[in-house]
Amino acid sequence: MADFGKHVGVRILDLFFLRNGKDKREVRLTPMLVFIQKTFWKFLFNREADHLEQHAQEAKIYYIIERECLVNKFISVPKDKGTLNCASFVAGIVEGILCTSGFTCKVHALQGPRGTTYVIDFAQSVMDRESRLDAK
Amino acid sequence: MASSNYYFVIVGHADQVVYEVELGGSTGQTVSASDNRHLNQFIAHAALDLVDEAMWRNTTTYLKQVDKFNEWTVSAYVTAGGLRFLFLYEHLPRTGEDGLKNFLTEVYETYVKLLLNPFYVPDKPIRSGAFDKKVQTIARKCIL
Repeated sequence: MADFGKHVGVRILDLFFLRNGKDKREVRLTPMLVFIQKTFWKFLFNREADHLEQHAQEAKIYYIIERECLVNKFISVPKDKGTLNCASFVAGIVEGILCTSGFTCKVHALQGPRGTTYVIDFAQSVMDRESRLDAK
Repeated sequence: MASSNYYFVIVGHADQVVYEVELGGSTGQTVSASDNRHLNQFIAHAALDLVDEAMWRNTTTYLKQVDKFNEWTVSAYVTAGGLRFLFLYEHLPRTGEDGLKNFLTEVYETYVKLLLNPFYVPDKPIRSGAFDKKVQTIARKCIL
């Protein structure tokens, strides 16, 4: 499921830039995540994602939280397929976008009490680059 | 006598050549043609480092001039998807900087249309004849 999403994600970013005539790329991590949460989510689902948080101890893990995921709205999971979560498709899209713009990461979708949570785990190289750019 | 006036290359995420083409120019001997081709690739690769530096500082997609090698100037365009378009020229095309920017933007559009093809794997070399013809048409329109 996530692979399908990744396939979509790498293409949709360029398409979005083309259609909206944007020519300012995001180079830093936080603006990029905010961009995904607000602008991109609106582009995809006509709504902004509800929360964007960073993990308390590990700086390289971020969470995007949505109360109601569009993809999961009309899906009911039978008992024997308990671990299936269609939000992994959306997680794949996010991973595709981030990886293709240079922020290598892994994204997982979890179902929690506050809604659907996308856990974004960035590679160490991304964090190193961020701190290097911060220092300059 | 240079056998081509402009050299355009699309570089993928792993620094591999996705697409390259020589545009414009008068006819020259075959020997100098292959010499120039190697030189062009060399200049392009050398400029990649500078483009990488610049792309993480600048949010603009079009980086005008990143490098100069003897008489060859390198211009870069970085896409949202992290792909790098490099354009080498000796003299500015007759339509100037704007023409160059238009050329790069239109090639970007063509590239995105190619990208939307589910059979095309991103970062693989582009072998499509249609894409090639499209780029030549855009070049004729914008810079030649």
